[in-house]
Amino acid sequence: MANLIQIIENKEIRNDIPKISIGDTLKISFKIKEGEKERIQIFEGVLIAERGSGNRKAITVRKVSFSEGVERMFPLYSPRIDKIEIMQSGHVRRSKLYYLRALRGKKARIRERERIS
Amino acid sequence: MSLGVMASKIGMTQIFIEDGVRVPVTVLKIEPNIIIAKKNREKDGYSAIRLGVGAIREKLLTKADRGQFSKFGIECKRFVFECRISSSDEESFTIGSSIGIELFNGIGSVNVSAISKGKGFAGVMKRHNFSGFPRTHGTHEFFRHGGSIGMRSRPGKVFKGKRMAGRMGNELVHVKNLRIVKIISEENLLLIRGAVPGPKGKMVKIFTSNYRPRALPGISGYSATIEEGSKKNPMKASKAGMKSGGNKSSSQKKK
Repeated sequence: MANLIQIIENKEIRNDIPKISIGDTLKISFKIKEGEKERIQIFEGVLIAERGSGNRKAITVRKVSFSEGVERMFPLYSPRIDKIEIMQSGHVRRSKLYYLRALRGKKARIRERERIS
Repeated sequence: MSLGVMASKIGMTQIFIEDGVRVPVTVLKIEPNIIIAKKNREKDGYSAIRLGVGAIREKLLTKADRGQFSKFGIECKRFVFECRISSSDEESFTIGSSIGIELFNGIGSVNVSAISKGKGFAGVMKRHNFSGFPRTHGTHEFFRHGGSIGMRSRPGKVFKGKRMAGRMGNELVHVKNLRIVKIISEENLLLIRGAVPGPKGKMVKIFTSNYRPRALPGISGYSATIEEGSKKNPMKASKAGMKSGGNKSSSQKKK
């Protein structure tokens, strides 16, 4: 029974989303609807948190825009996500990078991780 | 008269629909319901079909019950329910044939009836949504009480129907106008928006609804179902006509 729920949820999961991990710098192309028109907005920032699992998974991405921190949550498997690109993989030691909120400038950098691909 | 079938409640999840809107859905499994008997106006005074679903060992039924099935050479069914039909429709149903998920194809919304989960002896806040008493300002030992239940020596009694604590749940609940979000016909699954009474795994009754389906946020148009396999859903097609928006154009949409 729970199995049927799994089947439905698994169908929602998109295969075209790359494997991402906390600390990665992501470039997310998000489809935005303005009236009748649809355009793509790009949000580039550091993946600081993941929550949920399965088709409910959502990610929090943080960027600093005009010296103002901006965080945005995206449902990872939303059809409105056009694509996600990994710009840089980060070496981090925790799953939630909320400490970045208190840091600015040079201190808010994340060490780059060698990508095993 | 709206036709209904029995389905088992599988559980809840959420799915994405067009525009990336996430919709909470209840998953219901509709096994083909076999028509096991018919009632007609002349003989029984009303028209109805009796539907059976779910396998059961013959041994577990009484001889009388078994006879109901063997009379027409139908396998024994675990759950049986009778659905009223209009007398003019009597001819269109034959004993032994089945009604399944195809009943809901092209239909926008359904009504569901089921036995709700039993909550036991519940207080007035849970049972009747009373507001209780303030947490502070000197309240003591009276946080979740209902307050006064009447007046004084006149009327000198508590009025009948006064809402008080007591057994809650485990009763037949009807939910109307639940929108069908998706039909997965190969698995016999019906996905409807919102919650349905009762625990997972229990039988619920689903009826076709005469209500105009509620709009889903982010989706224009009221046209009904999405058949699995078709990537583009029919809701998109109805979009062009929806530019003017509002209820006017949507009522036209309902064919």
